[in-house]
Amino acid sequence: MYEGIVQELIDELGRLPGIGPKSAQRIAFHIVQTQSFDVTRLADILREVRDKVRFCSICGNVSEQETCSICRDPRRSPATICVVEEAKDVVAIERTREFRGLYHVLGGAISPIDGIGPDDLRIRELVQRLADGTVTEVIIATDPNLEGEATATYLTRLLVQPGLRVTRLASGLPVGGDLEYADEVTLGRAFEGRRLVES
Amino acid sequence: MPLYRDEAVVLRTHKLGEADRIVTLLSREHGKIRAVAKGVRRTSSRFGARLEPFMVVDAQFYEGRSLDIVQQAETLGAYGGDIVGDYASYTAANAMVETADRLTDDGNSLQQYLLLVGALRSLARREHPAGLTLDSYLLRSLAIAGWAPSFGDCAVTGAPGPHSAFVVQLGGVVADAVAPPGSPRLDAATLALLGALLSGDWPVAEAADERTRSQATGVIAAYAQFHLERGLRSLEHVERAGGPR
Ligand SMILES: [Zn+2]
Repeated sequence: MYEGIVQELIDELGRLPGIGPKSAQRIAFHIVQTQSFDVTRLADILREVRDKVRFCSICGNVSEQETCSICRDPRRSPATICVVEEAKDVVAIERTREFRGLYHVLGGAISPIDGIGPDDLRIRELVQRLADGTVTEVIIATDPNLEGEATATYLTRLLVQPGLRVTRLASGLPVGGDLEYADEVTLGRAFEGRRLVES
Repeated sequence: MPLYRDEAVVLRTHKLGEADRIVTLLSREHGKIRAVAKGVRRTSSRFGARLEPFMVVDAQFYEGRSLDIVQQAETLGAYGGDIVGDYASYTAANAMVETADRLTDDGNSLQQYLLLVGALRSLARREHPAGLTLDSYLLRSLAIAGWAPSFGDCAVTGAPGPHSAFVVQLGGVVADAVAPPGSPRLDAATLALLGALLSGDWPVAEAADERTRSQATGVIAAYAQFHLERGLRSLEHVERAGGPR
């Protein structure tokens, strides 16, 4: 334990996701010791983010306005919606530059053991977005883990309707790995999702 | 013994730091284990899907001070993939692992382990309707924990059945002489189904009609919630046959 306020800083930092006691200590001492570190700027940005950033009223992505920059962009196709768990997944997919449609952020995955059911996610909002028939494809891009797969199962069953294509991101072998290390589930998925390379 | 090896089923996982998870497992011989799986959230992790909930593994652990560390894991039963393909099975499996988590500790767990693995395997293979598998699992896991309900003889006096008054707090059906006024009554078909679920008599259980099944489900849920302090979070999300689509 350190004296008073330094320990308070370590405790606060340690409450942040992904920061354990050791990292919290390291960051705290960096702030205390490094003269060039601009504490005011960090404090201002934290306050500003809290004040300005909210969630897009259409897709649930983070935004500084009523709707996010992707939903406002007229060059993006309104016919395709990519469904993700978190706003950080939007960033990950945007980095690929492969996708030119719109997004829908669920706010998590269905996990009954954590008390999270379908009604706790932005699923009703997704269904509403599909009502006018503009959207012709929904790409389900939930995480390739158990909760993400279960959420995809639920959504697929819920969304299937005439005139709407529901697809799921392919999952399979990680690029750069050895086949022999792949587990049964991953390898099984890779077989399911195999594609034609020559015809 | 800093290193040990055991068969275990993954109950649940929690994110830890950037890429790790804390994995809670119910093992065959070492009771409940909480261990860190390092780097498991990276897509390149050698663990892959082996340490996801509902997976049964043969694993090697390194004994740590507060948490152990998973060193290796080989799949014995890859039930997760089949379970998540059916939403009712997924919600049922959630309620099962939550129950197992609550009913076990560091001590002897062989019976609970075998029961849970059997139930998950049955769900993955779609052997019975998911709701019935869950209901049977709940009754049997509570029975192993020492809370076997009585559906025949009076739970208080032992007077031979049949009795119709069912009192959760008293441990099952009770004779009219000891039943508190206003006790709920169960019909013969529901009691027969409950008995079948407790003993694993599937032909009888599957022959029960929808109304009887939902009666039994209500009784079992009340019984489980009473014995497990704080209740089960997942139970309200369990999808039953004919439930919301
Ligand atoms: Zn938006």
